[in-house]
Amino acid sequence: MDQLQDILNGYSVLLLSYLIGSITFIMGLKMLSHPDTARKGNLVAAFGMVISILATIFLYRNGMGEKLHNYGWIFAALVIGTVVGTMAAKKVQMTAMPEMVSLFNGMGGACAMLISVVEYHHNPTPDAGMFTIIVLGMVIGTVSFAGSIIAWGKLNGKIKDKTIPGGQGINFVLLGAVLVGSIVMIGGYVDMPSMFYIILACAALYGVLFVMPIGGADMPVVISLLNSFTGVAAAFGGFLYNNPVMLTGGILVGSAGTILTMLMCKAMNRSLTNVLIGSFGGGGAAAAGGASKEQGNYKEISLNDTAVLMAYASKVLIIPGYGLAVAQAQHACHELEKLLEEKGVEVGYGIHPVAGRMPGHMNVLLAEADVPYEKLLEMEDANAQMGTTSVVLILGANDVVNPAAKEDPSSPIYGMPILEVEKAEHVIVNKRSMKPGYAGIENDLFFKPKTSMLFGDAKKVLQELVAELKQV
Amino acid sequence: MDGLINFFISNYQLITIVILSIFLGIEVISRVPSVLHTPLMSGANAIHGVVIIGAIIVMGQAHTDDYLALTLGFLAVVLGTLNVVGGFVVTDRMLEMFSKKKKKK
Repeated sequence: MDQLQDILNGYSVLLLSYLIGSITFIMGLKMLSHPDTARKGNLVAAFGMVISILATIFLYRNGMGEKLHNYGWIFAALVIGTVVGTMAAKKVQMTAMPEMVSLFNGMGGACAMLISVVEYHHNPTPDAGMFTIIVLGMVIGTVSFAGSIIAWGKLNGKIKDKTIPGGQGINFVLLGAVLVGSIVMIGGYVDMPSMFYIILACAALYGVLFVMPIGGADMPVVISLLNSFTGVAAAFGGFLYNNPVMLTGGILVGSAGTILTMLMCKAMNRSLTNVLIGSFGGGGAAAAGGASKEQGNYKEISLNDTAVLMAYASKVLIIPGYGLAVAQAQHACHELEKLLEEKGVEVGYGIHPVAGRMPGHMNVLLAEADVPYEKLLEMEDANAQMGTTSVVLILGANDVVNPAAKEDPSSPIYGMPILEVEKAEHVIVNKRSMKPGYAGIENDLFFKPKTSMLFGDAKKVLQELVAELKQV
Repeated sequence: MDGLINFFISNYQLITIVILSIFLGIEVISRVPSVLHTPLMSGANAIHGVVIIGAIIVMGQAHTDDYLALTLGFLAVVLGTLNVVGGFVVTDRMLEMFSKKKKKK
């Protein structure tokens, strides 16, 4: 009797811990969506996670009232994961954040996949409901894992954009195969264990081919989508173990992630289907054709001229892009801004919502360099000030200032809101070369009479510019 | 079909939680400034690392001679931990920069 009471006490503490976990996840997400509370929100959610994990390790009992064993293995795995995870997360460059998130997301997907595989092995003929859960968890986890790894590879440049001829068709066939295979298996029409692994292979291949043709500029949206996939996969784990915290955590991320994905699409003024069908990939060819007819002349500007132009300007607007991130030029950029302010020039930053590789990428980067928060203007505010700006300095941004988005209906980025730099008096573009931007589209802006090109690595150019400015 | 009906009946409460959580998730983040999109995605990414609980259960129930479950379970716990720890640490690093700003002001 005492033993039973013991079990019940333990169980109630476990459930209480799970309840705390669920509540902290909700509060954490809520706090994460406000700038003032965001950091605390992250810690609150982390706290709930630790409680839930510890409670599971020490208090979980299966249907027979048995506690968990293999503690040595569990703690070894936890320690390895914690050490590697912390080191990776601490060491990663600010610029490489997006691919890190994608990689961690893939790990979660793989975890869900492995759970389903083991459960299938333990119980190869479950009832239909359980089987559905196992198969769905496996399929979604696998797609998320494979897709995230490809997204990771694409963001760090290991994998190039590739359109596979008939890729769309192959994807539909794969998806169909996964669906039919799952139904046939769950319905019990075939009794073939290898079927499970065939479905797994199809899902993995689908994950790869689904992300492959999507342009690098759209990766943030894809990562966000895969993120919500992993959430759903985790929720299936919740059904599997009748575990409320896995369920709430997973579903919350699933639904919040989906909304976030749509918000990101909205920031680019595109629909999700448009992103997924990969119009950037397909449209690239058309844009390249259009560009050849209009390869005009561009003019270069020297560092000295740039320094003079900026020193005597009344207002300078800096537009950062991925080039700034790659060159790690955020500190040099801040130095330039301070120097100009000392000379009485008003300086602001025009931040396009999707500049860089992720929404908010530029904000994070510039915040790292101590650029005051209020100097970062959102796109609408920046555009409103464009008419009174003397010099616009574009640092490694390209697609977000491409006038084709407004003027050329055949352009793949047509309809995306842009920073209307042409309204300013002078436009200076810093780029490493004349190569088109990430979306692979030529930019007419570079050939406009107002525009001058300042070639070179963003960091080097900015440092030299600061040196020149000091002498003006 | 019977299986599915049984499943529905025995999991009715969980299904209710799912439906409510969907609405909650939408409600909680529907008004978020674009600056916070990346940290929010990263934070959500860490939260779905809760899948690690499943991995721990798999691992803790595996028989000591069930090498497949032990190996895959071990791998799953490592990957799940990576997701959780890495996710929260990366998010904290991103947000650290915002709060640093605030204090100086």
